[in-house]
Amino acid sequence: MGMTMAEKIIAAAAGVSEVIPGDIQTVTLDRLMSNDGTTHLTIDMYEKLKNPRIADVDKLVWIVDHNVPCDSVKTAASHKKMRDFAKAHGITFYEGAGVCHQLMMENHVTAGELIFGADSHTCAYGAVGAFGTGVGCTDYLYAMVTGKSWLLVPETLRFNLTGKLPKGVYARDLILTIIGQIGANGANYMAMEFGGEGLKTLNMSDRIAICNLCVEAGAKTALMEVDDITLDYLKAHGRTPKHVFKSDADAEFAKIYDINLSTIRPIVAKPHFVDSVVEAKKCVGTHIDEAFLGSCNNGRIEDLRAGAEVIKGKKVHPLVRFLVVPASQAVYQQALEEGLLQIFMEAGAIVMNPNCSVCWGSCQGVIGENEVLISTGTRNFKGRAGHKDSFVYLASAATVAASAIKGEIATADMV
Amino acid sequence: MEKFSGKVWVLGDDIDTDIIIPTEYLALETVNDMAPYAFSPLRPELAGQIQPGDIIVAGKNFGCGSSREQAPEIIKALGVKCVIAKSFARIFFRNSINNGLLLIENGELADVAKEGDTVAVSLNEAITYQGKEYPIAALPDNLMDIINAGGLVKAMRKLNGLD
Repeated sequence: MGMTMAEKIIAAAAGVSEVIPGDIQTVTLDRLMSNDGTTHLTIDMYEKLKNPRIADVDKLVWIVDHNVPCDSVKTAASHKKMRDFAKAHGITFYEGAGVCHQLMMENHVTAGELIFGADSHTCAYGAVGAFGTGVGCTDYLYAMVTGKSWLLVPETLRFNLTGKLPKGVYARDLILTIIGQIGANGANYMAMEFGGEGLKTLNMSDRIAICNLCVEAGAKTALMEVDDITLDYLKAHGRTPKHVFKSDADAEFAKIYDINLSTIRPIVAKPHFVDSVVEAKKCVGTHIDEAFLGSCNNGRIEDLRAGAEVIKGKKVHPLVRFLVVPASQAVYQQALEEGLLQIFMEAGAIVMNPNCSVCWGSCQGVIGENEVLISTGTRNFKGRAGHKDSFVYLASAATVAASAIKGEIATADMV
Repeated sequence: MEKFSGKVWVLGDDIDTDIIIPTEYLALETVNDMAPYAFSPLRPELAGQIQPGDIIVAGKNFGCGSSREQAPEIIKALGVKCVIAKSFARIFFRNSINNGLLLIENGELADVAKEGDTVAVSLNEAITYQGKEYPIAALPDNLMDIINAGGLVKAMRKLNGLD
């Protein structure tokens, strides 16, 4: 019986020749990422252990990104705890350098690895063919101390991509379409694997955006087939693959979807569910108070270029706050060099430092009662971006920028 | 096998982690400080009404969203005996087991249960409601060991000879 990419990575990490969906395997992790959302809780638990130890400190990466720069005395204390612990134990540590998943992609992840991240969007790492999966701080602690954890081998949903996205349509529109089709728990406990000729038309930024959002369909992990685009990306970042796995021809998939990229249109996910998707044109005219371009999903240079192209020479609507938040310092620097930040600032946008920002309803930018946000963030849950009675629409960078200009939801071809 | 019963609170589909505990309360010092705000975007009064031993019944995809472990911790801090849902999001599922919060999957109860009624659970065997039995699957032994130890950290201490 053939195996899928997800099965092959788990088998390698478990040191066995074959696994099948439903098996529980003990795996050795390749990398362990944690951020300031929960690391202080991990440290508290660690320090209560009678014989605490770290299995392999070189595998740990800790990133302060959720509340940076910190916004309260309590947050400052939790950051200090994390910073001091990282220093004392020699843990790779970033603070203010960018959103965790973006930094992991820029600096650490490689194909064939099995990675735990104490953050649900860790599935983004599948963009380079790594099995990334989100866990809580207790699972993280166990893996940090023992170097291992248990994993249920998931079934795989396979997405065969053909064609090419039309101009003005983005990876964000594609993954929202897919989530709308399979539902917010359509891939619960499963792996989502992407391949086919159409994959070659998607660059690394597109692939990260797609894999990142797969958790919103419930997926345990997302995986892209490794190809020349992957290998070139890894090489350009000074990394080599750990394994290059491809699903066998006779691998068994729970379901196979064929998706023609040329049929995808600009999409909006309406409040309060990521799978509540409609064509963006059906939301045109919906009032907005704030627009957000950023996050681990859509805060890369390609997204800033798409937003800048729409807003260049135009003005943000006077009643709208438009937040632009590059996903990392590297992205920020490049946007500066390309003149993109100047375009945003001349339009009246608020350009901020790399952080998770309003995507998770903290730091600056939270919205008030009955306010409406259009966002390239990851989620639109009730209350996610601020007041419990507020509303979040998710869309591509181009749709967000167009909406910021109009003061209501608009597509890029309307401005 | 353990048997218990409790009063039920009935919630819908896709109860996400931001509903269970909104981001703005995560900076509070302890889960006991956060617990009064549990479910507040949806039902602000609910956390104050839940009594120890009560049971939450919900639809599909309970706990979807963030990996924030405060979510199951808070439900446990409110004294909820178990959550019975049509399905659970996977990170929440692991986090609950790791914190000793019992989860039971059942596809039917959420459609029939009325808030305030009592449900009886015979662990790993069946739920009884209004005289009707609803069979439930048994959790694997390794997960029951974690729940019985009171969570993964306590189980781990034994596993690693730390106690």
